[in-house]
Amino acid sequence: MDSSRQAIRVLIAKVGLDGHDRGVKIVARCLRDAGMDVIYTGLHRTPQEVVDAAIQEDVDVIGISILSGAHMTVFPRVLELLAERRADDILVVGGGVIPDEDVATLTRLGVKAILLQDTPPDAIVAEMRRVVAERGAR
Amino acid sequence: MAAVPSLDLVPGVLAGETRAIARLLTRAEAAEDEGRPALDAIFRHAGRAHVVGITGVPGSGKSTLVAKLAADIRRTNRRVGIVAIDPSSPFSGGAILGDRIRMSEVCGDPGVFVRSMATRGALGGLARGTLEAVDILDAAGYEIVIVETVGVGQDEVDIARAAHTTVVVSAPGLGDDVQAIKAGILEIADIHVVAKSDRSDAKKTVTDLKSMLAMGPPSERSGDWQPPVLATSAVSGDGVAALREAIDAHRAALEASGAIVARRAEINERRLLLASEEALRKSFARQRDGHVAGLLVALNERSLSPHAAALRLLDALRKEDHS
Repeated sequence: MDSSRQAIRVLIAKVGLDGHDRGVKIVARCLRDAGMDVIYTGLHRTPQEVVDAAIQEDVDVIGISILSGAHMTVFPRVLELLAERRADDILVVGGGVIPDEDVATLTRLGVKAILLQDTPPDAIVAEMRRVVAERGAR
Repeated sequence: MAAVPSLDLVPGVLAGETRAIARLLTRAEAAEDEGRPALDAIFRHAGRAHVVGITGVPGSGKSTLVAKLAADIRRTNRRVGIVAIDPSSPFSGGAILGDRIRMSEVCGDPGVFVRSMATRGALGGLARGTLEAVDILDAAGYEIVIVETVGVGQDEVDIARAAHTTVVVSAPGLGDDVQAIKAGILEIADIHVVAKSDRSDAKKTVTDLKSMLAMGPPSERSGDWQPPVLATSAVSGDGVAALREAIDAHRAALEASGAIVARRAEINERRLLLASEEALRKSFARQRDGHVAGLLVALNERSLSPHAAALRLLDALRKEDHS
């Protein structure tokens, strides 16, 4: 491994009343296996906590897993908080069970990628790399 | 987007701006040449913080204790920086940094800055860039900087050469009293903590530790300081304030006896040597290409030993340097 190359940093979070963390742990694991630094913040975080942590950790990407149906509340709030803190170079990616029409709306609002429940691990890794590469250095 | 030059981040760090601090921490971790002048400037502004190392075996309760301790320090109106280190995978180089899971208590408090770092193959319990990260938080005005090491075994003692006060966390149920007289991490403690003291077998761990410590001569590292053994419980919060008081008392003792001067000098000497080694390693990695293949043939034929080949390699590089 090349230890001088800076790894992509990803913060993985579960927000709100959603205790289903098996998927998010698998995602964390496969990003780790792709050489990324994955900060996992645990269950039941608020959007504010997620954004605070992401800024302190200076991550490239916030990945939020939602299986509770609250995605139309949580993602806009996270994007709003990032903009308020002038931290919108931190990219937001979503994962979970999200209806197609909501995917379109969230993408329009600025969520960089939405990875639904049947996304294979390799595709998750590739999407993370793609969104970070498209943003470029900062 | 073009990358922001590291030097441009320095004024923001000195003003305590979260984003500037976070960005420069990333540069410290990357350890690229571009970041060096900025980190040099930061070093000149650092030196005020008290650096507390927290170490112990995996699962002993370090992260939980660090969060409780930070919350307690906040009650004394001091700002706390936390560098929490977790291991990188030796295979992929990736890492899962999970210390924040147990730190929600201090999340959102602007007086606490938590940064997770991966070891990236560094041994000894710290990550590369840890000490620069401490400088950054120090220069940004965090009065106490806590470094939480990876879960260590018995031999990862780098933290004691980087911190002013070293806290070694033990937990009940992890081995008998003979573990405590083995060489290694127990020797580096300025303060011993037995975490999870709400468990029924914790008293025995405290007693074992105390009796083992009583057998040996007092440590020379801290003057007359006798490392106390404290029991803490994250469940009830018992012992956390006592730990904060012990850290402050240790700092006062170091300052009263003058031992702090020697300790600071030791830390600086160690950093000088580490930085030199790192520079040597980098230039070696750059230069060695083109010299290795020939020696490898001799090695594979066993006409040359690895040690003899290494000497020849270094000799060749030195000659190249001078020509």
